[in-house]
Amino acid sequence: MVNSSDLQALWLTVRLASTVTVILLLVGTPIAWWLARTRTWWKGPIGAVVALPLVLPPSVLGFYLLLTMGPNGPVGQLTHALGLGLLPFTFWGLVVASVFYSLPFMVQPLQTAFEAVGDRPLEVAATLRASPLDAFFTVAMPLAAPGFLTASILTFAHTVGEFGVVLMIGGNLPGVTRVASVQIYDHVEALEYMQAHRLAAVMLLFSFLVLLALYSWRPNPKKGA
Amino acid sequence: MKPIQSLLFACLFWCAASAHAKKITIAAAADLKFAMDEIVTSFQQANARAEVDVVYGSSGKFYTQIQQGAPYDLYFSADIGFPRELAKAGLAASEARLYAFGRIVLWSAKLDASKMTLANLTDAKITRIAIANPKHAPYGKRAEEALRASGLWEKVEPKIVYGENIAHTAELVQTGNAQVGIIALALAVNPKLASKGGYWLIPDHLYEPLEQGFILTKRAEGNTLARRFADYMGSKPARAIMTKYGFVLPGEVVGK
Repeated sequence: MVNSSDLQALWLTVRLASTVTVILLLVGTPIAWWLARTRTWWKGPIGAVVALPLVLPPSVLGFYLLLTMGPNGPVGQLTHALGLGLLPFTFWGLVVASVFYSLPFMVQPLQTAFEAVGDRPLEVAATLRASPLDAFFTVAMPLAAPGFLTASILTFAHTVGEFGVVLMIGGNLPGVTRVASVQIYDHVEALEYMQAHRLAAVMLLFSFLVLLALYSWRPNPKKGA
Repeated sequence: MKPIQSLLFACLFWCAASAHAKKITIAAAADLKFAMDEIVTSFQQANARAEVDVVYGSSGKFYTQIQQGAPYDLYFSADIGFPRELAKAGLAASEARLYAFGRIVLWSAKLDASKMTLANLTDAKITRIAIANPKHAPYGKRAEEALRASGLWEKVEPKIVYGENIAHTAELVQTGNAQVGIIALALAVNPKLASKGGYWLIPDHLYEPLEQGFILTKRAEGNTLARRFADYMGSKPARAIMTKYGFVLPGEVVGK
């Protein structure tokens, strides 16, 4: 039903979303932990910066990324000097863009989960001579497990739904930057409504299943915390 | 007057005023960006208080939107095929009229493209070449044709990146993310782009003519302002602006 270039776009989308989810688990967890525990006045500004992609139009993000990652931008000059080449029009360029774009979807659920854990279990762990790092891995993380799952699912799904930023910095290369959302757009622009319908139906079904999983599993938080 | 009467009166007045709409909305292909802005300004000088809104984008998108009842009074496509289809489907208030032939150029913001030809694109120094998406952008289609006709397509294809429309393609080159690009002459001659790098006119025997056409949409039927704007496209000032932006006009000889 779905042709090979559509499959390629779907597979690329899955690869992009998985890569971004893994990176954000590594990057987002310490940020969320810090935000949940800190009492400094920095909490407000940093929290606001993390939340920015929620409200910024993708065109703003795409515009700045195109300028900073290009050959005349600071990031572009850095990646060039490091021998990594330039990021626009590459898979890793999309990964970097998506990490920014999906950051709040990872950090915010994690932060909420960490806050729900509270100080008490960690204090108890400390009296049992657990180091802070130990306490994090053996106490906080298991208690926040549902938060990790929610955050990962949301991050993955949100990256799949990305469109504007990819269109602006991707260059529409098959197998490299042409993700499913862009492929659908191209089908529509080329008036290939049948192909657009097929791929769009796949996306619709996927998104529904993801959200269904999330919401059917969620109303049982008593066991977790 | 009683309140209800004055309300009715206001309503009547408003309805009468909107029947003589002093406002039109134009959907125009992205290559017209600079030329159309100037034509609109000159049209407004000749028609006091005429309110003209222009929306720029890809021809294919406007085609779909008009099919779905988008509120555009005039539709200027980069490919006359789209307005012809709309006219055939009964969605137009006029025949599709040819208004210009588009030209494509090699353009760079960094290199002096005026000293280049398509053959230079195989240089190892050039790693990214931007063209509009040939799948749906008329200018992208012509860029691909020119590269194929020069026997270069296979060699340069791995370096090509695709812009969403011709203005986005120019933006990819302007920001330096692609060293060169194939864009519309109409965009390359604009002062903003012409001040950087240079352009090389791609010989027109390498690609099919870019016949650009427009229509009055069904919605504009009976809208005198829209009709006046359509006629204005054939006027001397409008033709002069189109020529200035490198368009070849109907009735002129395509060529150097």
